[in-house]
Amino acid sequence: MFVFIIRRILQTIPVFLGVTIIVFSLMHLIPGDPAQIMAGESAPAEQVENIRERLGLNDPYPVQYWNYLSNVLQGDLGNSIRSGRDVTTEIGHRFWITVELAFYSIVLSVFLGLIAGIVSAVKQYSFRDVTLMLIALFGLSMPNFWLGLMLIQWFAIGLDVPSWIPFIDNTAWFKPSGWGSFQQIVLPVITLGTGGAAIIARMTRSSMLEVIDQDYIRTARAKGAKERVVIYRHALKNALIPVVTVVGLQFGGLLGGAVLTETVFAINGMGKLVIDAIQARDFPLVQGTVLVASLLFVLVNLIVDITYRYLNKRIDFN
Amino acid sequence: MGQPAINEQKSIPIKKKKSQRFKDFYKKFKKNKAAVIGAILIFLFILISIIGPFFVPYDPGAVSPTNKLEPPSSDHWFGTDHHGRDIFSRIIKGMSYTLFVGFSSVFLGLIVGTLLGIISGYYGGRTDSFIMRCMDVLLAFPGILLALAIVSVLGGSLRNVIIAIAVFSVPVFARIVRGSTLAVRKLEYIDAIKALGASDSRIIFKHILPNTISPLIVQATLTIATAILTASGLSFLGLGAKPPTPEWGAMLSDGRNYLYQAPHVAFYPGMAIVIVVIAFNILGDGLRDAFDPKSKK
Repeated sequence: MFVFIIRRILQTIPVFLGVTIIVFSLMHLIPGDPAQIMAGESAPAEQVENIRERLGLNDPYPVQYWNYLSNVLQGDLGNSIRSGRDVTTEIGHRFWITVELAFYSIVLSVFLGLIAGIVSAVKQYSFRDVTLMLIALFGLSMPNFWLGLMLIQWFAIGLDVPSWIPFIDNTAWFKPSGWGSFQQIVLPVITLGTGGAAIIARMTRSSMLEVIDQDYIRTARAKGAKERVVIYRHALKNALIPVVTVVGLQFGGLLGGAVLTETVFAINGMGKLVIDAIQARDFPLVQGTVLVASLLFVLVNLIVDITYRYLNKRIDFN
Repeated sequence: MGQPAINEQKSIPIKKKKSQRFKDFYKKFKKNKAAVIGAILIFLFILISIIGPFFVPYDPGAVSPTNKLEPPSSDHWFGTDHHGRDIFSRIIKGMSYTLFVGFSSVFLGLIVGTLLGIISGYYGGRTDSFIMRCMDVLLAFPGILLALAIVSVLGGSLRNVIIAIAVFSVPVFARIVRGSTLAVRKLEYIDAIKALGASDSRIIFKHILPNTISPLIVQATLTIATAILTASGLSFLGLGAKPPTPEWGAMLSDGRNYLYQAPHVAFYPGMAIVIVVIAFNILGDGLRDAFDPKSKK
């Protein structure tokens, strides 16, 4: 196991280098002169030259990359063009907001997804199964930003409920923007978590169905084990193995989806930061945010792979 | 003269098998009602995108300041937007953008991915490791972020969205094709054909590619669904189609500002996206079941 962990960590090094190469190259893919574009079209030549110098654009390409990489390794992601501040400082606490949003969403999607998946699999082709899978299909096919807008309209602006219905308040239940209080967290987490829940539900269902057919489940039943024990102790344990990988992959989707969710709910996380940076043509900030998000994703996948290995010792990763 | 005889002898059972395989596939596919509905819906969507714009009740671009933000009515089925434009007509017109972005980006990604996957799987060795490590790197970018980064650099336009989504889908196709190529390459009959003097390209196009087609079709269908979602997301963020293009993501973005007064402006374009994406997803699921030799139904 230890050897596996070391080997797996070593394997991430080329991926890390590749990610830095792509993120670094982004600046050089800009059609035209990146310094001119960042400074604005009408900027004086001096200012453009200043930016060029600051970004080291006058150096040869490999030298630039080397400098970039050594800076990144020291935690220096450059300076924002607009604010002049350190990109690391700019990302700072926003990183944790996005991580928090992604974490709550993944918890919600795993929770909902597992329940729906198990319930569906246990009663295959029942009304419950069909309904849940239809909902999952809908959740999978829905743009999360649209769901966010609809949730705002239903729960943050006020429900259009006739006043004669008791117990339902017509005033807004949740807040449409910001991050921090419970009322602000609920809608974004549902928005971001629904897609993942749908995918996990489908995966859990098919994985459970495969396991339920196996001989050892029949044996467990034949031994007279209670259905609950058969499902939760025998079947679910093995059915969960492929689900773990999906959860890891989902995390990437969530980080990407956070861009849209944060935009819809005006949450000051990394996602909104990257959109603001793109609109302001602040490329060092775009580069920094994309790099940090990707490294986070690589790290999560590393952890997931190790967990997967731990859960399923039969698998031999060469 | 011996060689053609061998080919002939071989080709007959293969052909039979192929038609049999298609029959099996068709039988399974027909049984999967959801998939058939998906296929019919997609056919209808394509039809709507071609002839729909000629039959829309209003000009999708016609501004009417007196009819701003009208709720759905018999005059305007889906209401009007902040410029008084008919949302139903705009959604019909927008269908072609959505399908075009979905099909073209996936087609582009499919071609490049297939090529890379075949080279990787067929030639193996260092070429394989290099290509696959590059694919790993592309997959290390979470979700929409790579597409976002590409569009931010190239500039926001529908064309750049297509390029960005294509890049984003390349690794998925490359991995599938590499897997099937590796599996086929190891079979003995490939060695036999090689010994008979078949060229690499013949082996690839005649023997390897046909074996990768079914997983590729399934993946392509499901990727179109993702591509449509990604493209609408990019347009929603203002990085894709620019107004006044009736692209659904961009329409949703407009509707965002009028959630209080006129929620229908955001509701209908979103619903349109959902329906189209569902159609591709159920078709993809159905195709997977139909192609899967293990599935009983």
